Amino acid sequence: MSNPPDAPASTGPRHRTIEMGVAAFILALGAITMIGSLSVGIGWAAEGPQSGFFPFYVGLLIVIASVINFFRASSIARGRQFAEWGQIAQVRKVVIPMAIYVAAVPWLGIYVASGLLIAGFMRWLGRYGWLMTIGISVVMPILIYVTFEKWFLVPLPKGPLEDLLGL
Amino acid sequence: MDSFGDLLSGFVVVLSWHNFLYMLIGITLGVIIGVLPGLGGANGVAILLPLTFSMPPTSAIILLSCIYWGALFGGAITSILFNIPGEPWSVATTFDGHPMAQNGKAGEALTAAFTSSFVGALFAVIVITLAAPLVAKFALEFGPAEMFAVFFLAFCSFVGMGKEPPAKTVASMMIGFALAAVGTDTVTGQLRLTFGSTELLGGFDFLVAVIGLFGIGEILLTMEEGLSFKGKATGINPTVVWQTWKILPRYWMTSLRACVIGCWMGITPAGATPASFMSYGIAKRASKNGDKFGTGDIEGVIAPETAAHAAGTSALLPMLALGVPGSPTAAVLLGGLMIWGLQPGPLLFVEQKDFVWGLIASMYLGNVVGLAVVLTMVPMFAAILRVPFGIIAPIILVICAIGAYTVHNNSFDVIMMLVFGVAGYFLKKCNYPLAPLVLAIVLGDKAEEAFRQSLLISQGSIAVLWSSKLVAIIMALGLLALFWPMVSAGLNRVLKPLFAK
Repeated sequence: MSNPPDAPASTGPRHRTIEMGVAAFILALGAITMIGSLSVGIGWAAEGPQSGFFPFYVGLLIVIASVINFFRASSIARGRQFAEWGQIAQVRKVVIPMAIYVAAVPWLGIYVASGLLIAGFMRWLGRYGWLMTIGISVVMPILIYVTFEKWFLVPLPKGPLEDLLGL
Repeated sequence: MDSFGDLLSGFVVVLSWHNFLYMLIGITLGVIIGVLPGLGGANGVAILLPLTFSMPPTSAIILLSCIYWGALFGGAITSILFNIPGEPWSVATTFDGHPMAQNGKAGEALTAAFTSSFVGALFAVIVITLAAPLVAKFALEFGPAEMFAVFFLAFCSFVGMGKEPPAKTVASMMIGFALAAVGTDTVTGQLRLTFGSTELLGGFDFLVAVIGLFGIGEILLTMEEGLSFKGKATGINPTVVWQTWKILPRYWMTSLRACVIGCWMGITPAGATPASFMSYGIAKRASKNGDKFGTGDIEGVIAPETAAHAAGTSALLPMLALGVPGSPTAAVLLGGLMIWGLQPGPLLFVEQKDFVWGLIASMYLGNVVGLAVVLTMVPMFAAILRVPFGIIAPIILVICAIGAYTVHNNSFDVIMMLVFGVAGYFLKKCNYPLAPLVLAIVLGDKAEEAFRQSLLISQGSIAVLWSSKLVAIIMALGLLALFWPMVSAGLNRVLKPLFAK
């Protein structure tokens, strides 16, 4: 099937859809805030306003503002793109490794995880040779180790490798 | 004059060897942070803040505020040479700065930008020196109701003065307040909004939010745009600097106007970014070369740079004198004060004289040092940008993660950082302003406390917010700022026919 002549060269999600989604998400946050506030009390107690008093109205304002944003978003032209799929793939290429990294930090320690993140990035996104990749991904964590643990005396999370090395 | 003597003793504090060293390190780090995408003033300071917990507060604030000055300077380098604004407030600098570089006048453009930044900052520091002690003295009389009114004014100016739709500004600000409320209620000590999760007991830390929203979010945006850095060569040498300095005084009027705009926008928390745009627009209208703006006019570099730096610097005035920061970076510095055990607000001028005047003195010196550093080291900083994104991006991500971890030595914060980062990407793409969100997280507890204490005094009557003349005036100013777009449109409609005649 061929594209109609006037179709844009690249496609992506509609800006309208995303913007409405974001407004709905924020609305949900507001609602959660209100529910949470109600459960600790939003009234007046012996010691003054209860804990939920202030956040309740904060939540209410979030809900009101989000309703406005949602309806405004629904009038955005359908043709407007949020981003091209290719661009979103680029963003995903950072978010997914980052998610794995974040999950790996408690198990591997921050040094090993960071080295792997840098290596992965350089190898698969930057297409560098193995020598350069390994070089930088080994030197950087060592540099960080010296700066933080030795110079500023700030301990960072360590994993099995550091245990093995007795650090 | 009283404050002059205080300022002199401030210089004595700053001019110790290690403080001067911190100043140099801060400026250099700051410029690097300003040059790199994804690392800006606010999250650069946020990442380094935990490292200063053990330092004496005066040295710490000198280091961190110098990072801020450095970042302000650094933004201009990328705008002019690479047409990439390293910071949002240097977007307006690209309009004329980059064309100048394309015409082979990169040296002139950079010299003009740095010198203007310096002039703007100097003007703002003088304003701070003269006005901050007076404002602080005045604010000593403030009760909780007045304090709440000041917070109200600050947050209303965001809604009214920002270029984003008001409902979006309100939504983003209130998310900040809601996040600040999570955890222990500072007034009663009760737990709230944790929904049984132990991780949320301590609440959300603004540092983690800043690193995620500004750092990770920015990297994601940069990835999406698929940046490739193609820079112009730098030809900066003493002759060029000297030649440019000779023509700069001709534009004193543009500079002065930009200084005033910058200071005004910095003190009312509208911030450096709108200040730079506004100054550029006004200079374009006022200049006789207005039609040449955008093709590489030096005036088009002077106007936004002066205003941005004046705004960035004067944003510290309300932070010091009232405890209400005027920009996200000022908010992070304010958070730092609390962590170092200093109570921000008017009392700072009474109880922590050394600290306040040391900071103000470091603003003078920091900007002089900054100007010297950037003028001499531009080629080195430009070289950093030539390091490919494939190497620099993961390193920035790792630095952000470490920054988030060191806030509380907690791996959960690193996860939160990523969540904030993804949220920041979507919010930014959908035109939600992030600065009010950050300010609300920092100030949330204090604003709430002030509000609840005022209600306690009045025994629940909201009328306490217009019970005295002072409170009523500040609240009225707040409402004026809130409805400013409507007010100014109305004024225009009334005044235009009058002037047309």
